Amino acid sequence: MHLMILPVLIPLFAGALLTLLYGLSMRQQRALSLLSILGQLLVALLLMQQALSGDYFFYQLGNWQPPFGIVLVLDQLSAMMLLLLAGLALFSTLYACVGDDRKGAHFHALIQFQLLGLNGAVLTGDLFNLFVFFEILLIASYALLLHGGGRERSRAGLRYVIMNLVGSAFFLIALGVLYGITGTLNMADMAVKVQQLPAADRPLIHAAAALLLVVFGIKGALLPLLFWLPRAYAAAAAPVAALFAVMTKIGIYAMIRVFYLVFGGEDGIHLSLWQWLWPLALATMVIGAIGALGARSLRGLTAWMVIVSVGTLMAAIAEASIPALASALLYLCHSTLLTATFFLLADLVQRYRPGPRDYFVTGARVRHPVLLGALFFTAAVAFAGLPPLSGFISKVWLLSSVTSFWGYAVFWPLLLASSLVIIVALSRAGSALLWRQSKQEPLQAKAPASATSLVVCLLTLSVLFSVLAQPLMTFATSTATQILTTERYLHAIPLGGGL
Amino acid sequence: MAPPGQMAVFPSRNRLLIGSWLTSVRTRFDMTLLLILLLPILFLPAPLVLRHAPRAAVVSALLAPAIIFYLLLQLLPAVLAGQVLLFHYDWIPALGLAVSLRLDALAALFALLISGIGISVIFYAHHYFAGKPDAPRFFAMILGFMMAMLGIVLSENLLFMLVFWEMTSLISFLLIGFYGQKQISRRGARLSLFITGGGGLALLAAILLMGSIVGSFQLSDILAERALLQQHSVFPWILGLFLVGVFTKSAQFPFHLWLPHAMSAPTPVSAYLHSATMVKAGIFLMMRLYPVFSGAEVWFYWVVAIGFMTLLVGSFVAIFMHDMKGLLAYSTISHLGLITLLLGYGSEAALTVAVFHLINHALFKAPLFMMAGSIDKAAGTRDLRQINGLAWHYPWLAVLSFIPTAAMAGLPYLNGYFSKKLFIVESFQSTDSGWLAVLIPALAILGAAFSVGYAIRLFHNTFFNGKPRDIPNWPLPAISGWVYLPLACFAALCLWIGFWPEVLLHQLVQPVVQAAQGNVALTTDFSPYDLAILQQHPWLTTISMLTFAGGLAVYSARKALFAWHAALPTVDAKDIFESRMQWLIARSQQGVHLVENGSLQRYVIYLVLTALVFTSWPLWQLQQWRGELALMPVDAMSAGALILLMVMAISVAVLHRQRLIALLFTGATGLLITVGFARFSAPDLALTQFSVEVMAIFIMMLALSFLPQSSPQEKVRYRAKRDAVVATVAGIGVAVLSFAVMTRPQQSISDYFLANSVPGGGGSNVVNVILVDFRGFDTLGEIAVLAIAALAVFALTRNLRLKGHSPSAEHIDAWHGYAQPYPLILRTLARPLLPMALLVSAYIFLRGHNLPGGGFIAGLITAAALSLQYVACGIRWAQVRMLTQFRPLIGAGLLIAGLTGLGSLLFDHPFLTSWFSYFELPVIGKFELATALLFDLGVYATVVGSTMLILANMGRLMTIHGPGKEIG
Repeated sequence: MHLMILPVLIPLFAGALLTLLYGLSMRQQRALSLLSILGQLLVALLLMQQALSGDYFFYQLGNWQPPFGIVLVLDQLSAMMLLLLAGLALFSTLYACVGDDRKGAHFHALIQFQLLGLNGAVLTGDLFNLFVFFEILLIASYALLLHGGGRERSRAGLRYVIMNLVGSAFFLIALGVLYGITGTLNMADMAVKVQQLPAADRPLIHAAAALLLVVFGIKGALLPLLFWLPRAYAAAAAPVAALFAVMTKIGIYAMIRVFYLVFGGEDGIHLSLWQWLWPLALATMVIGAIGALGARSLRGLTAWMVIVSVGTLMAAIAEASIPALASALLYLCHSTLLTATFFLLADLVQRYRPGPRDYFVTGARVRHPVLLGALFFTAAVAFAGLPPLSGFISKVWLLSSVTSFWGYAVFWPLLLASSLVIIVALSRAGSALLWRQSKQEPLQAKAPASATSLVVCLLTLSVLFSVLAQPLMTFATSTATQILTTERYLHAIPLGGGL
Repeated sequence: MAPPGQMAVFPSRNRLLIGSWLTSVRTRFDMTLLLILLLPILFLPAPLVLRHAPRAAVVSALLAPAIIFYLLLQLLPAVLAGQVLLFHYDWIPALGLAVSLRLDALAALFALLISGIGISVIFYAHHYFAGKPDAPRFFAMILGFMMAMLGIVLSENLLFMLVFWEMTSLISFLLIGFYGQKQISRRGARLSLFITGGGGLALLAAILLMGSIVGSFQLSDILAERALLQQHSVFPWILGLFLVGVFTKSAQFPFHLWLPHAMSAPTPVSAYLHSATMVKAGIFLMMRLYPVFSGAEVWFYWVVAIGFMTLLVGSFVAIFMHDMKGLLAYSTISHLGLITLLLGYGSEAALTVAVFHLINHALFKAPLFMMAGSIDKAAGTRDLRQINGLAWHYPWLAVLSFIPTAAMAGLPYLNGYFSKKLFIVESFQSTDSGWLAVLIPALAILGAAFSVGYAIRLFHNTFFNGKPRDIPNWPLPAISGWVYLPLACFAALCLWIGFWPEVLLHQLVQPVVQAAQGNVALTTDFSPYDLAILQQHPWLTTISMLTFAGGLAVYSARKALFAWHAALPTVDAKDIFESRMQWLIARSQQGVHLVENGSLQRYVIYLVLTALVFTSWPLWQLQQWRGELALMPVDAMSAGALILLMVMAISVAVLHRQRLIALLFTGATGLLITVGFARFSAPDLALTQFSVEVMAIFIMMLALSFLPQSSPQEKVRYRAKRDAVVATVAGIGVAVLSFAVMTRPQQSISDYFLANSVPGGGGSNVVNVILVDFRGFDTLGEIAVLAIAALAVFALTRNLRLKGHSPSAEHIDAWHGYAQPYPLILRTLARPLLPMALLVSAYIFLRGHNLPGGGFIAGLITAAALSLQYVACGIRWAQVRMLTQFRPLIGAGLLIAGLTGLGSLLFDHPFLTSWFSYFELPVIGKFELATALLFDLGVYATVVGSTMLILANMGRLMTIHGPGKEIG
């Protein structure tokens, strides 16, 4: 019964303990942090098992009935996100334990707080509470972004935090309008109220929803709002960047959750939001590909690939059909894992090439060219959507699910063209990093085996992903169906009423 | 177009068809197919493991193709008799993707070529790489490639086929870049990946479109739906995308450019991938899907035209190639064009010739590459201007090379003779329509003449034509005798087919053609291809002589031709590709820099403008701005305060360059808002706002001391105006929106809070009950935000050295000269103030549940009082007197709040469920105990700890005599 609150409580208590016992040795901190993440992973698995029944589960905080109190909601979508978060957190924290966590204070406490924000954001069924968790994950991510210090991080961090703070202000304005008109903050209750709204007040709600699109667009890196991202992600420490691979996806999660639920329905407001989202998402894809082509380092390239992936995702979401949404969910998981892998891989490359690091310039021969080459090649194949890894499966599914006329006319060519650009960019990157060698003495530096094995594990996940694609796709389809049949959600939630 | 949900139909449909197939006599399930496919990958690790024993490595690598070849031979009789072997395992039914294999005569022919030539290439490579450490890596890649290639030809599922299709492009990329340290290899590899990878994407689109029309990716389903596909409105698209896919792979004009640059790969790779197998994958797929596309008029025109272009360009350019492998590459291109062209003709006879020539080409081109590779390795060059007269050095090589060269030129009694003759015959019969009927044969003869020309050049130039010139490896080393073995085998095969073409034609080619046409069951009454046609044709001998004469003429005019060619501007596709790419990269960097230039100002204006556009769109449709609620009367006092508020807010923007003044105005604005809260009966908000304002100004003043006194002047003047306009519009927008919302009547959940605050929450201060009870979860989150912010400041400032801002010792001394750092009056006042302030915060804290106050406000008051001590007496003085560090305080605060919430779990209530009760004690009287108070204590501790941690650490940056490295 209380399982649902654990994804919030475990990182909260772990973070608080790590703050309270600030004198813990690094080993103890790591143990506590990893223990917490393993706990979250276990809970996420149990919750997933629970959610697979297809029902909705609600947790009334403070025993106050919604809409008066805050409610947590577990369905397949939130269970999927929890699992993804916990898995990714495990990898990035393990990677940080290789040594990056020593480069600044309180890495592990901050990671825990970050997870608090992320887990809370995907569980909550209350719009204001979503705002609170957005704040938590914003401030924690800002702290993590600065982890390790340095000029580049400070600069990128400033842009990141100010853009997002302005976004928070917009979030509050939108919330104010929504609360002012509907008188409620619970998403389901608001959905009911929005549907009963007199037509005269609809434009106000519509404006608030559009403002929310801007807010989630900042988080999710939608075209005119994404420019904080490339430098911030490229500057962040590798494990942090790997965890950030999921941050943009939180923005997209919020779009899916809020727009389909609160503004959904027959002729819902979400339809006109998608009309905005669709072209911008495609444009995001294009600029992501352009940026990827011009990238100067592997981290920079990865940051732009994040943008390509979110563009693709949002375009598929804007199709607003069950198959498209389902394939988008699968693509979400795939692209998150792969971009995280690339950030870690870029770090491996840096460790192998201390001089030129991951910049696309000539360097001396690295110590294990075949190993590094194999890892890069596999990751590139997976991300570029070439068979037989996860990218291919999700790309094929995306293509075959987007079957509207405009989908064929615009989405297909753009997706295929961006794939080609990614192939070109990645082949250029691999060729520069691994083939183009100066005649100097071979470099002796190498990455620790633990770091390498983590990347190997992530790539194995990509392989498993494509081998086990069928059950995953079945799950994604039923999740998408669950998301789109909002009546069941509204029916299931025990709304206290009368007021 | 199929409806969106159509993917669901795939599984059922597949099974249905497979089921009906199985019942037919002609098909059989066979696990051997899977074994054939997997064998190379099973043997792949062996050469890597055995890398220190070259012999064992090559044997292990040879085993896979040898076993495959043997297995295929076993299955061959049944397959040639028309049986189709199948294997099926559903991989992703929802996508229609299945591990589905099919062995019919067409697949068997290709599989035989792949494994057979594979054997010879691996054998050859062993000697090619002799003495170098590269061989094991090469064998592993070749085995991987072999599996991919087998996958292409054996797939029954088109999507599954695509998996291997892309794999061959990737492995080809790796193999071209085998010597990646050379720039030429890298560029060639990337060019090839760009072209073949792009083609793969086009093919993917074509296959997906076909699948969505047919409802299945199974080959047998698609082949059965020819009519449906050809009549569909998107058929031209499918055909176009398909042709792009196969033409890129099979190096057809204008996509042929990658193939010559693939020659930087080791020669065994060129022999195997870039002449015998991979480049035939496109041809194979055209044959495989022949029933779907052939007969369409577009197919004829495009395929014939492209095929001809390729044939002519390839054979013409080949003559000018001084690089031996380059010559062979262009020759391969021309032969691929020839086969494509035959497929374009669309008749069964042409198809037969295509298959026949495909076999022949594989048989004579592979040994020529091996010859080139051996000479390259021995001589250290493969430039035909240097390599001359080798017949006296390598007589056996000359003899063994003569046969395939002659076959390539089409000399009698060799396999190439028949295929070339038949090609010309088919060209005569390809069409009846007017000028095309003349043009096509003429062009065919021209192409044949060119190919005779380059064949003569290759052979004569290499083995005769004077003496070797400037050979790097002089004297020429001997070539290992083992290399001659595969050459001899190929030569024997060329001769055998040349003498007995009917055997091959009727036994192998004919069933293959049947299979390619999709005739599952062999029709018993098919007419075997009759070679007598060659004798009957009136002008054939003349034409044959003509081509040879033409070839000779071209070759003898070579000096003039070379001179003409040398005068042409040199065009190198990969350099052009590279420079175009560099150009594109530079452009994209510029383009991105236009928008993503690191200017925060610009990013924010994008953000605000987007928000404006997004929101004004719907708001345009708002009919009535003002709601039904009556407006309150405006008194002079409120109006004055509001105007003052506006003036101050505007002043902040106007005076933002004087940072201190701007900050003071910000503070004043905040205080006015506090007054506003008080005016509209929100004492809690007023108290909170006030204390937040005080602490915020305090912290910002501290931060300001690290920054310049004033902001730099805006460089471009119009930007300030632009920003002002955007900000004003946005501000007015928010104001109007607020007005529209607040004038509308509202029924909200706050009524519930008012009603349930005392009975449910045990407190009469509704605001506090909301904070600690109704929405205590939000509060828990918000104090976490505060805690994280404090930790962030701590982490950021821990190792921070602010250049030029940490005051030096002299600086401080100088400062001491004119001002007291810790004024006496302040010190004297601050100390007694502390207990009083603590008392006040205790009071505020305790009464919070029922009257304005609470943990948050109390925490800020405590923090303010404590920070006064720091200001008055200095960090070190204050720090040593602090009872606790700040971080534990934060952690404890969070824990107290969290554990309070956890307590309710013991009573099986959800997290944060509150409990309260009233007690009576003799002296004190009636009082209330509530868990909310405990929760509030957590809030209090976190607020105090966080605020102090931030302040102390920012203050520490300014002092050089702080207490050690860390505070808090």
